[in-house]
Amino acid sequence: MQAIDLHIREGEFVSLLGPSGCGKSTLLRMMAGLLPPTAGRVRVQGQPPDSAAARRELSFVFQEPTLMPWASVAANVRLPLDLAGVPRPEADARVAEALAQVGLEGFGAQRPRELSGGMQMRVSIARGLVTRPRLLLMDEPFGALDELTRHRLDADLLALWRTQGLTVVFVTHSLSEAAFLSSRIVVMAPRPGRIVDDLALDTPWPREAHHRTSPAFNAVVRRLEDALLAAHDA
Amino acid sequence: MPDTHDTSRAPWLRLPWLLPLCVAALLLGAWQAWVTLAGIPPYLLPSPWRIAQTLHSDWALLGAAWWVTVKITLWAFACAVLLGMGVAFAFVQSRWIEAAFFPYAVLLQVTPIVAIAPLIIIWVKDPTTSLVLCATLVALFPIIANTTQGLRSVSPGLAAYFELQGASRWQTLWRLRLPSALPYVLTGWRISGGLALIGAIVAEFVAGTGGTATGLAYQILQSGYQLDIPRMFAALTLVTLTGVAQFSLLSALSHRLLSGWHDSALPR
Repeated sequence: MQAIDLHIREGEFVSLLGPSGCGKSTLLRMMAGLLPPTAGRVRVQGQPPDSAAARRELSFVFQEPTLMPWASVAANVRLPLDLAGVPRPEADARVAEALAQVGLEGFGAQRPRELSGGMQMRVSIARGLVTRPRLLLMDEPFGALDELTRHRLDADLLALWRTQGLTVVFVTHSLSEAAFLSSRIVVMAPRPGRIVDDLALDTPWPREAHHRTSPAFNAVVRRLEDALLAAHDA
Repeated sequence: MPDTHDTSRAPWLRLPWLLPLCVAALLLGAWQAWVTLAGIPPYLLPSPWRIAQTLHSDWALLGAAWWVTVKITLWAFACAVLLGMGVAFAFVQSRWIEAAFFPYAVLLQVTPIVAIAPLIIIWVKDPTTSLVLCATLVALFPIIANTTQGLRSVSPGLAAYFELQGASRWQTLWRLRLPSALPYVLTGWRISGGLALIGAIVAEFVAGTGGTATGLAYQILQSGYQLDIPRMFAALTLVTLTGVAQFSLLSALSHRLLSGWHDSALPR
């Protein structure tokens, strides 16, 4: 990867968009402290990302649901609180709250394998929200889902972002998903991994499903496509 | 969970023990008929009915011997589980420990117990302890190997999540590695349960006449010397039934612990 200078402001919904190999997941993992940068530094609210202070502020949602198959949905969502030693009554209350936020009230006692792929992803998001983070890092979370489920989760994620005052960094290779979700899109290209475009979207909120067919949306998708093609040809 | 007593399936699929039981009845019937019709004397091959009668009439002797063997087997199994899982935990803590000691675990496995049992019996004064030790050695390796592999078979995504959450070594072992390893651990237990019994019998064979509390192997040997073949078969039957019972119990435990989440315990 080439040198990258990226500043993400509080409250933004930033998509890192690009083809495979452009380093978007690597960049996200560096932000989470899962990978140390070979040069340069990453700061989350002024703290190194693997510091305890930064860890409290951020949650990571993986491409796969990464749930514990042997544990119930509630126990899966409670995991970060259990690891942090939060007392059980408080933890249970927060688990119920997080499950309600993702629309999974009443599913706490089920095992993950009894749920559909989309619902498993919701559990994973609830596990990310239960620690009440200010920064949510998501690595192609809906990549493996069918289109309709993906649209539904996109809409619910936007609602969560707006109501919870979150900052979201969202890795995706889907132009339309980035165009639908983001307040800002960072376009990346491979060989070497670099940022080729950084655009703020002024599309008003809330965005409904039919926004996907509007001229403004299509204009954004075309601009993204042009940026990616130009980088590819260069 | 789908109904396991699904009426649309054939009866032998609904009751998994029905088919083996039919085979047993068939074989025992054929055996009984052959011995009776061909007039084979009991000192060559006793009939199943004769064996059952012996089991009943010699129960005072055989029951006591059975209990001795069961105790040795259970002690050996418990020791193998504790020791084997402890060793496996040590192995997954560091590749260095595993690299240094795994060959010795293999060495333990490939050394024939009949060859070292006499040594152990000489070195260890208490006969029961020496038998437990021999049986433990026989049962140990599958637990080490399976538990080690299980503790390493952790989903990389979940492992990354635990790392991200700053989970301690202990939390990772207890909340992630151990539950992930459970299917492997239980397979190790099922194999070792049978091996502990075999180990207990083999060790007693080698120990021969020794001590006051004698197990089923001693009864088999003595019956052989006295040409009391029905009693020999009765003792052998007890050994076999014990092994089957142990395997069934461990399988039931495994099914109970894995049902609802692991592929091996789901109805097809």
